[in-house]
Amino acid sequence: MKYLSKLQAVLEGGHFAVTTEIGPPKHAGAHGLKYTAQILKDFVDAANITDNQTAIVRLSSIAAGVHLLANALEPVAQMTCRDRNRIAIQSDLLGAYSLGIRNLLCISGDHQQFGNHPTAKNVYDLDSIQLVNLMSRMRDEKKFFCGEEIKEYEPRFFIGAVANPFADPFEYRVDRLEKKIKAGAQFIQTQGVFDMERFERFMELVRARGLDQRAHILAGVIPLKSWRAAKFMQTQVAGMIVPDALVDRLKNAADPPSEGVAVCIEQIKYIRENIKGVHGVHIMAIAWEDIVPEIVKQAGLYPRPEVVLD
Amino acid sequence: MIIARQKNIKDIAAMVEDCEKVLLVGCAGCVTVCLSGGEKETEILASALRIMRKLAGKPLATSTYTATRQCDPEFLTPLDGLVGEADAIISLACGVGVQYLAEKYPDKWVVPAQDTLFAGGATEHGRWDEKCGLCGDCILHRTGGICPVIRCPKSILNGPCGGSQHGRCEIDKDVACAWQLIYDRMKALGRLQDLTAVQPLKDWSKARDGGPRKALREDLMAR
Repeated sequence: MKYLSKLQAVLEGGHFAVTTEIGPPKHAGAHGLKYTAQILKDFVDAANITDNQTAIVRLSSIAAGVHLLANALEPVAQMTCRDRNRIAIQSDLLGAYSLGIRNLLCISGDHQQFGNHPTAKNVYDLDSIQLVNLMSRMRDEKKFFCGEEIKEYEPRFFIGAVANPFADPFEYRVDRLEKKIKAGAQFIQTQGVFDMERFERFMELVRARGLDQRAHILAGVIPLKSWRAAKFMQTQVAGMIVPDALVDRLKNAADPPSEGVAVCIEQIKYIRENIKGVHGVHIMAIAWEDIVPEIVKQAGLYPRPEVVLD
Repeated sequence: MIIARQKNIKDIAAMVEDCEKVLLVGCAGCVTVCLSGGEKETEILASALRIMRKLAGKPLATSTYTATRQCDPEFLTPLDGLVGEADAIISLACGVGVQYLAEKYPDKWVVPAQDTLFAGGATEHGRWDEKCGLCGDCILHRTGGICPVIRCPKSILNGPCGGSQHGRCEIDKDVACAWQLIYDRMKALGRLQDLTAVQPLKDWSKARDGGPRKALREDLMAR
């Protein structure tokens, strides 16, 4: 088996994968990315680089991915449909592949109303499912989106997508996941799981259709530093369900950040031990990336498996 | 006004192929003026569908009604007595009318007979041109009454681009360069100076990019 990336090798080798997420800086300096890569490289299999997350302008996902590569951390480039039409998307992804990036996460992207350029013209020329489909066709059939042949050096990405079990309508979330898998998604990262009961119901439906056998599902977790962060997620972030019990637990904690870490570790252990069909965890430590090694260690996921790419 | 064009009849027939009885609803508004969905077109479409289905050995019963405007609930009330046993409603209005019917009759299958094209005007008999992009942030006072947002394929606000030659647009020789028109008109008005200012970024949040829009007239609303 020839793997396209280390992340694919870990997942297809049957290991419980660990990915994380890095938000690039709002400036043109790479020192922070290098620092974060050094801290994280031994503790995760790959790190997503967000693509102007919440529509706030940041250093590009692809450029940041190259900085990670130079610092021994495998990147997962994110590509939103919000900012680029089909011409720019293909061009940027050819560029990303030429620079050594091998994992790709296809997402619609948050609407620009939430970002720092709310009066921008958005694009959404394709949606995330079309993007997955066309990228896998680029790789497997060597064709551009228009159908024209790619004569040589077709980009060969390990292709991922996202799923949100906490958005509505609930049952349709599983249909949509199936559509993404049908379109060619090989791995799926979920929205941050706080409502475990709902996530279990989601995974039941996923398993009933055998979707966990057709793609690798990584459950998203988010370590929270304070009850305010929990409250913010609960009330201000669309498509999130945060139980009141969690907000109260952080409110009553003597040391909220440690409590947040403890919660996150419990969640990872619970998911790993009790929820069948989950093949890994995606730790989104928003602006708290240096806590990730601690979480990985305490969750019993360190050291990471050694894999060989040929 | 809204310009619409009737879909291919085979496509319309396919949307209701499993129906035995359909109600066709025309609109006496914009689509009557652009001759695509008024009373006359509604009757013609109904008989065309009946003929098609008769030839296919699967007869279709039709009834018709033309509303004064489908985009106004008060004009849809007479339909209450007509939708009855129809398996589907075919709307000949613009997309607004289709959505109003679907909302009013939640248990009915409502389908569009038209493709809604653009906001335009008649330029000669039988021809309509797009004139307004409905962007929610009008700049016609700065461009001599000619809209570059919709009439320039690049929506350039500081045009013309390098593809403009002999007053024609690079994408199609039949398309006038909006910025040539703007230039000529501003020159005739002695206002070329106005075009030398660098135009600021446009606020696209007032357009489709900001999500569905609404207009409120509180003075007209019920308290």
